[in-house]
Amino acid sequence: MDENEIETARAQLSGIFTLIAEMQAVDTSGIEPMSHAQDLSQRLRSDVVTEANQREAFQAIAPQIEGGLYLVPQVIE
Amino acid sequence: MTWEIVIGLEVHTQLSTNTKIFSGASTAFGAEPNTQADAVSIALPGVLPVLNKGAVERAIKFGLAVGAHIAPRSVFARKNYFYPDLPKGYQISQFDLPVVGQGALTIQVEPLSGNAKPYEKIVRITRAHLEEDAGKSVHGSTQSMTGIDLNRAGTPLLEIVSEPDMSSAAEAVAYAKTLHSLVRWIGICDGNMQEGSFRCDVNVSVRRPGEPLGTRREIKNLNSFKFMQQAIDYEVQWQIDTLESGGKIQQATILFNPDTGETKSMRSKEDAHDYRYFPDPDLLPLDISEEWKEQVRATLPELPIDRKLRFMAQKDEEYRKQLRHDVTVAFNRVIYGLSEYDANLLVANKEVGDYLDACASIVGSSNAKLCANWILGEVSAQLNRDVLDMMQCPISAQQLGGMLMRIIDGTISNSGAKEVFRTMWTEGGEADAIIEAKGLKQVSDSGAIEKIVDDILAANAEKVAEYRSGKDKLFGFFVGAAMKASQGKANPAQLNDILKKKLTG
Repeated sequence: MDENEIETARAQLSGIFTLIAEMQAVDTSGIEPMSHAQDLSQRLRSDVVTEANQREAFQAIAPQIEGGLYLVPQVIE
Repeated sequence: MTWEIVIGLEVHTQLSTNTKIFSGASTAFGAEPNTQADAVSIALPGVLPVLNKGAVERAIKFGLAVGAHIAPRSVFARKNYFYPDLPKGYQISQFDLPVVGQGALTIQVEPLSGNAKPYEKIVRITRAHLEEDAGKSVHGSTQSMTGIDLNRAGTPLLEIVSEPDMSSAAEAVAYAKTLHSLVRWIGICDGNMQEGSFRCDVNVSVRRPGEPLGTRREIKNLNSFKFMQQAIDYEVQWQIDTLESGGKIQQATILFNPDTGETKSMRSKEDAHDYRYFPDPDLLPLDISEEWKEQVRATLPELPIDRKLRFMAQKDEEYRKQLRHDVTVAFNRVIYGLSEYDANLLVANKEVGDYLDACASIVGSSNAKLCANWILGEVSAQLNRDVLDMMQCPISAQQLGGMLMRIIDGTISNSGAKEVFRTMWTEGGEADAIIEAKGLKQVSDSGAIEKIVDDILAANAEKVAEYRSGKDKLFGFFVGAAMKASQGKANPAQLNDILKKKLTG
């Protein structure tokens, strides 16, 4: 970074910190936290099988398979 | 000084949906490895979860059945940990906003020791939340490799968490059994423990009475009630021994080994995971409207606790006042006035009570006690002997009811009925036809019985004199002789009356 860039970055960072400080100063007591950025509700799917077996296609890109299983380095229980 | 035992349970029930919780892949048990692992199950990049309505409905059903608060809005969260059978690197679960809130379950405890009497207890349910199951690791097939089957990944689970309200292995087992019966009763889980549809984690600690809770250890993944009892007994003794010899309990996750009957530490608190829960940005909040909740409530069957009340109720008004779940759908609401002992046995599973209802609808509610006696007596004994459950009973409630009608109207005696029952069990058929074919019809014609009695008395003049001079015990002899003469067909009550009259006369 040259001097100019440092100065720009410093100004930008200060702006971000000021914004954080401003947000922290807001009184949010009594406001229910959002659990999602969009204020919508979950769409539901009916309980019907729609997926066919595509094992062969999926396993074509797997590094190692055997007897229909994906193989991974041994996991000690 | 004594020790107090404190136990809480976390139960994973596999919901009986056709498809996975976040995709349309089948959940049928026993398929070839990875043939039911779709793009969502194996976490291919770019896929999005879409919530299964059937899974949510089952969670609501459970919540209503335990009188719990159903959250109008609940949230799915990511529980982050690394394991090869969890391809996303996180499990979608619920954390601080679960779908089902506080509820309660009434249990019947059969104490394991000596002469202690059965008693009732209410266990509080803390919460129940929806989550997805992980895949399965298959060890040992290939050298230094582990096989991964993702068919089970994404199967919907309802994790049911209790308060630490149980204070013995007997209470923990009673709670687990009641819960197991309930989830099958309301049709949200098949309850197959061998296939892992109902898995229990048991938190155990001990303390001196009046002192704060001790440090708990969690016994993971118990899939049989017998193992649960053994594991708790062993663990409690281990904790008491440790504390009494001056040691301390470290919080830990432990496994029960059925072969040795011992519990063993799997991981301690120090390497406990920090799961870094946060709301899953792929899923919006789950909203459950009052209307949907009521629609689901209308599909609930009569619950065990209400059915028990009904089976015991003497008066219709009182029973209706006590009802906890006033379900609007029409189900059988005839009261029977049975004993609490009988009622408990008859609500142990839904099919037995259904059978009683069907049977009583034929013979009338005033004869329900007779139905109950036969169901808990002969029917249960034969089912046990043939290792069958109620669903597989070779005699239908209609057949049994038909036979009981013939006892009630005096056509057959109790011993005759047992013969009819045995024939029905092995060969099938209706009571009337069997009675006819086997000549089991009781003689209820008083003229015919009088004739038999007269003959017996004439042939035993000496004994008649003895009886009349005060040897009352001989009455049994006359009954036996007359019954034999009638080839066991005389109506016993009528025979008694006639004998008594003639002997004193």
